[in-house]
Amino acid sequence: MGTNVVAALGGISTTINAGEFVAVMGPSGSGKSTFMNLLGCLDHPTSGEYWLGGQEVSKLSADELALVRNRKLGFVFQHFNLLPRTSAIDNVALPLLYCGMPAAERNRRAARRLVQVGLGDRLDHHPAQLSGGQQQRVAIARSLVNDPILVLADEPTGALDSRTSIEIMALLQVLNREGITIVVVTHENDVAGFAGRIINFRDGKVLDDHSNAARDAAQVLAALPVLEAAAA
Amino acid sequence: MNFVATLRIALNALRINKLRSALTMLGIIIGVAAVIVMIAVGQGAQARVEDQIRSLGSNIIMVMSGSALSGGARGGTGSQQTITEDDAYAIGREVDEIQGAAPTLRGTGQVVFGNANWSTGFYGTTADYLEVREWPIAEGRGFETSDLNSAAKVVLLGQTVAKSLFGEASPIDQVVRIRKVPLTVVGLLEHKGQNMMGQDQDDVVLMPITTARKRVLGAALAKSRSVGSIMVKVRQDADMSQAEAKMRDLLRQRHRLQPGQDDDFFVRNLSEILQAQEASSKVLSLLLAAVASVSLLVGGIGIMNIMLVSVTERTREIGLRMAVGARGRDILTQFLVEAVTLSLIGGLIGILIGVGGSFLVGELAGWRTELSIPAIFLAVGFAAVVGIFFGYYPARKASHLLPIEALRYE
Repeated sequence: MGTNVVAALGGISTTINAGEFVAVMGPSGSGKSTFMNLLGCLDHPTSGEYWLGGQEVSKLSADELALVRNRKLGFVFQHFNLLPRTSAIDNVALPLLYCGMPAAERNRRAARRLVQVGLGDRLDHHPAQLSGGQQQRVAIARSLVNDPILVLADEPTGALDSRTSIEIMALLQVLNREGITIVVVTHENDVAGFAGRIINFRDGKVLDDHSNAARDAAQVLAALPVLEAAAA
Repeated sequence: MNFVATLRIALNALRINKLRSALTMLGIIIGVAAVIVMIAVGQGAQARVEDQIRSLGSNIIMVMSGSALSGGARGGTGSQQTITEDDAYAIGREVDEIQGAAPTLRGTGQVVFGNANWSTGFYGTTADYLEVREWPIAEGRGFETSDLNSAAKVVLLGQTVAKSLFGEASPIDQVVRIRKVPLTVVGLLEHKGQNMMGQDQDDVVLMPITTARKRVLGAALAKSRSVGSIMVKVRQDADMSQAEAKMRDLLRQRHRLQPGQDDDFFVRNLSEILQAQEASSKVLSLLLAAVASVSLLVGGIGIMNIMLVSVTERTREIGLRMAVGARGRDILTQFLVEAVTLSLIGGLIGILIGVGGSFLVGELAGWRTELSIPAIFLAVGFAAVVGIFFGYYPARKASHLLPIEALRYE
């Protein structure tokens, strides 16, 4: 207690290019969460700079950061963080509510993104009526609805079974191929293996940063034995 | 973010927790309804007193005969007939502040018409009486000087008497008998209602004072000039207490009372009594409203309590909203609108129940209630203020959450 300053991160200089699919790995306490919070404009660095899409954002006020998050970033969380008892389309449209878009336009964009993640027939379903994988798809649709330059996914498969996890990674790969920049935080090597670049954190430093020959999640999925077929 | 969207979010949040919202509103509903009913009851009581003042006539002073002292035992008011008709005329003539002074002789008797009869009180008085009491004639005419001079056998009937004897038919020019004396009805008095004691003021017969003395009350009083009381009306712009003092001086002089000797008459300012009653009913209605406001305050604390629970419960939601671009003030607005919506919807329901309750109290308890539009606005305005006041702290607490911590909140 007192004046001990813990440097969660130090001496890091990283560039993430548009169109990349990056996995951030590391054990707990390695600083990867702090790195994500900085990338997501949820926290200020005590020193250093952060340029996001040509804008220096590390010195912005809380309100200005809210605006940056609203316009340039999309978030996917481990526990989905959908609003309960609220329809999928309203959940997806939530970020647009905070940029003063008319309701008709909000709904049009939200519906388009839900179709894109394969939930075109579930617009009015509440989270409780959806499976975990479907809820995460809704969350991904929400992260895309404001046309962000960067989507941040914090353990997006942490609350899902392995098959659904691969499905979600397959969806993220599809979106990445369509040109969306994605950063995934994970501690699972399997999940990281779907990314094109892996950054390993250890004790607040970058241990290594290398490109990765990404596995195709769709192919992995096709190779899996069909267990649920009988039930379906 | 625009206001309509904020309102929608707030309504949605309230809809999701229907039972909780309803219970929270209940505090405000009861508070607003109580304020409205209490003010209606208070205003009703006040209006009743005001009506009585109006029915008595304003600025009225009564002069009554004093008490007699015989062998050390003092009699009550009127045990000694000290006031005379001439005192009344002297007051009317000599005190500038007086608009009219009507001597009255009171008697009771059976009023008979055909085979109908009715027991009532009658007053022998002068034409001034109607002016003093501000009592218009509904039908026919009032007394004239010639009636007084000739002790004409004419009467004016109050509404109750007329209805008892004649039903809906006109009593004008009919002949009624009181104590076997036939009297012609020349006028019907306007409806007056109850006085402050609850007596029916329309149950009355008026006749010229000379007629009452010489023909109806009988020989015992025929020679005397004394009267039971004098009803005096002070001019609207005159000072009541000054008029009272002048009248007192005049009467003492006329009755040849030495300085230091007690008055042999009583002077009563009736309006004063009523005004005191009015003031006390005003205090009463203020008190009722104050008590009711306390329940509104308690309702407000209920809102604050629920909003605090709601903020804690929805910490992750707040974190998410902030992560996707809500600023602190968006969150503040959202929760504030929620609190104010709760209190306003509660307020509107409270109005309905309050208005209904006021009618119900009027019907069931038989109290007069008077709905007051300003009171309704006051109650709802107060409800809104309560919502803002008690909603602000939880809303501020929500808006100061840090998004990272709120998102991780379990």
